Amino acid sequence: MPLILTEEQTMLAETAQGFLAEQAPLSSLRTLRDTRDPDGLSRDLWRGFGEMGLAGVIIPEAYGGSGLGAVEAGVVAEAVGRSLAPSPFLSTGLLAARALIDGGDAAQKQDWLPRFAAGEAIAALALDEGAKHRPDKIQTRAERSGNGWKLKGSKALVVNGHIADVLIVAALTDDGLGLFLVDPKASGVSCERTIMVDAQNAARLDLKEVSVDADALLGPADGSGLDRVLNLGRAALAAEMSGAAQAAFETTLAYLRDRKQFGKAIGEFQALQHRAAHLYSEIEITRAVILKALQAIDAGAADAALLASVAKARAGKSGELAVQEAVQMHGGVGMTDEFDVGLYMKRMRVASELFGDAGFHAERVAKAGGY
Amino acid sequence: MSDLDGFRAETRAWLEVNCPPEVRGPMDSEADSIWGGRDAVFKTPGHRLWLERMGARGWTAPEWPRAYGGGGLSREEAKVLASELRRIKAQPALLSFGVWMLGPALLAFGTEEQKVRFLPEIVRGEIRWCQGYSEPGAGSDLAGLQTRAVDQGDHWIVNGQKIWTSYADKADWIFCLVRTDTDAPKHLGISFVLFDMTTPGVTTRPITLISGKSPFCETFFDDVRVEKENLVGTLNRGWDVAKYLLAHERTMIGAMGEIGAGRPLGEVAKDSLGLDDLGRLDDPMLRARIAEMEADAIAFRAALERTGDQVKAGQAHPAVASMLKYYGSELNKRRHELLMAAGGAEALEWEGERSHDGQAARDWLRTKANSIEGGTSEVQLNILAKHILKLPGA
Repeated sequence: MPLILTEEQTMLAETAQGFLAEQAPLSSLRTLRDTRDPDGLSRDLWRGFGEMGLAGVIIPEAYGGSGLGAVEAGVVAEAVGRSLAPSPFLSTGLLAARALIDGGDAAQKQDWLPRFAAGEAIAALALDEGAKHRPDKIQTRAERSGNGWKLKGSKALVVNGHIADVLIVAALTDDGLGLFLVDPKASGVSCERTIMVDAQNAARLDLKEVSVDADALLGPADGSGLDRVLNLGRAALAAEMSGAAQAAFETTLAYLRDRKQFGKAIGEFQALQHRAAHLYSEIEITRAVILKALQAIDAGAADAALLASVAKARAGKSGELAVQEAVQMHGGVGMTDEFDVGLYMKRMRVASELFGDAGFHAERVAKAGGY
Repeated sequence: MSDLDGFRAETRAWLEVNCPPEVRGPMDSEADSIWGGRDAVFKTPGHRLWLERMGARGWTAPEWPRAYGGGGLSREEAKVLASELRRIKAQPALLSFGVWMLGPALLAFGTEEQKVRFLPEIVRGEIRWCQGYSEPGAGSDLAGLQTRAVDQGDHWIVNGQKIWTSYADKADWIFCLVRTDTDAPKHLGISFVLFDMTTPGVTTRPITLISGKSPFCETFFDDVRVEKENLVGTLNRGWDVAKYLLAHERTMIGAMGEIGAGRPLGEVAKDSLGLDDLGRLDDPMLRARIAEMEADAIAFRAALERTGDQVKAGQAHPAVASMLKYYGSELNKRRHELLMAAGGAEALEWEGERSHDGQAARDWLRTKANSIEGGTSEVQLNILAKHILKLPGA
């Protein structure tokens, strides 16, 4: 398969970008932040995702979605990254949808997938527990109890956890790691909203002897469900970061052309030209491997997990370079809240940590290489 | 089964029978390289057979038209062929400036006679080419070249000097930039010509590099006769051909590290350093650097593939070759720095059978030219700033 977007995928990218540019300009993020919006995101925008067919991009048509693949998910995520719009697209439309499509029974799918696709419900993945992403060190336990399970433990960095209609909780059983469908209103669940540096929301969750039914376990408890969710999540988040990096870079290029010092545009100075050209190369090479990873996920290729790790690692490194150069090349105004480049820097920091930073994923590359 | 699956099955079966065991597995040394040409040297009869079989099938230039001896494969078929070759760890059947550089330029700018005459010989590896571009006074400022071609009616007489001519002493023919109009602005007085290296007046002198080897030469032209039928493209518009060819050369140099990468870096380091109790390389800092390099290499290979697909789909910016050249050559330098660090004392040998006469050290030093030859990294960044980023004054 050619490593470029098809015509349909290109059209989807244009649709998503156009929709977000109109419905979620950067000013909307500022409004959510400055008014301390209780939701921290716009439910109207999420319904708009539904109306445009973006919320259910990977959800089967039988459940009201578009039935498309990881490449299309990445295309939408890239547009989200460009706009910096806080939305449940990743947590709900991709992560929770993937977990349910793969591991849910007919009733669970019918309960949730159509509402995800319509942009009416919000889900959150409760995975990490400590300061860093360490899915192999999960402590939250799921013990068999009667016909069902009892969950106990605590979770951190649960994106959109404070407004979730449903939680997907990763917990360790005697057999291995499983994903559990949990009602956030269930007895024993407590939730603390935290507003992050990027003005988006993550929650801390406490699970005290939370009882769930036997069917709450999505698929087998052998870690495979989470692996599939994370492969998609990492590659799509990499695409989102790539979108943010491109937008920050374009803003910076425009500034290099406009800003005059010493009687000429600062973009005429070779010191800045070479740095801009280097950054361009880093961004483009990252874009290539993100698409490669997304295609590999769709093809069920053996190296999909490795490629998703490379994509996430590269998105972190080139994305961080893009936002740092953006602030530095803007000079003093880059440090002001009024200018937008700082918003990209803040989002990049959060997205870098989510689902593993560049170091975490380089470690996976080393392991895959047998060293 | 799709057509592509059928093609894969056929290809796999053919390679199973036709790829000799001597050319499977990582290349031990430069002696494994198959460059072809009138004075071709083969390490083993298997190496010769490999070139002959692949050449006859056109698979040394898989995507060139069949009419000119090429494989006539679609881009997708060519990818399948490449992946099947990788699967059996086959070494390249032909390393060729003809395939990588001149061929694409002839396909784009050559006359029918030139295509019919030269391309099939290139595919079969029967003619070895060198490139006459740089001059002592024209390096990064290539268009400032001074080698003169004076019109003598049905031919030109060429005088001047080229430098950094790769393998000029082993080449059969040269593709060469010469000044055919000394009054025009520098880019508009250059022509692109071909001639035989055995023509009277051509001499070459290898230059010993820091690697102790001499892949580059000084090349001198004293009253060399060049036939007019060997002009490629339009008179005085050779810069167009030169730039087109440079894009191919730059992509080739960028990709060289990936094509030539022998055993994976992690494997080399494992042999040299060993593993700790957790199965990790027994040097955590080096292990981290290797993993970062490998991640970048995987991403870069995707970028090579994506660019190739963009070119095929007519979506590529011509200057994107400069990105591949810049990134790939810097990546390859990093790779060889790490190979030296991984090898430690073992990699310091300069002579002796065990080290293949200091292969690791010599390869490491050779890569330092990657970011100079074909236009320096700084020139590539200038091109990107000007043509893609459209920065003012670039």
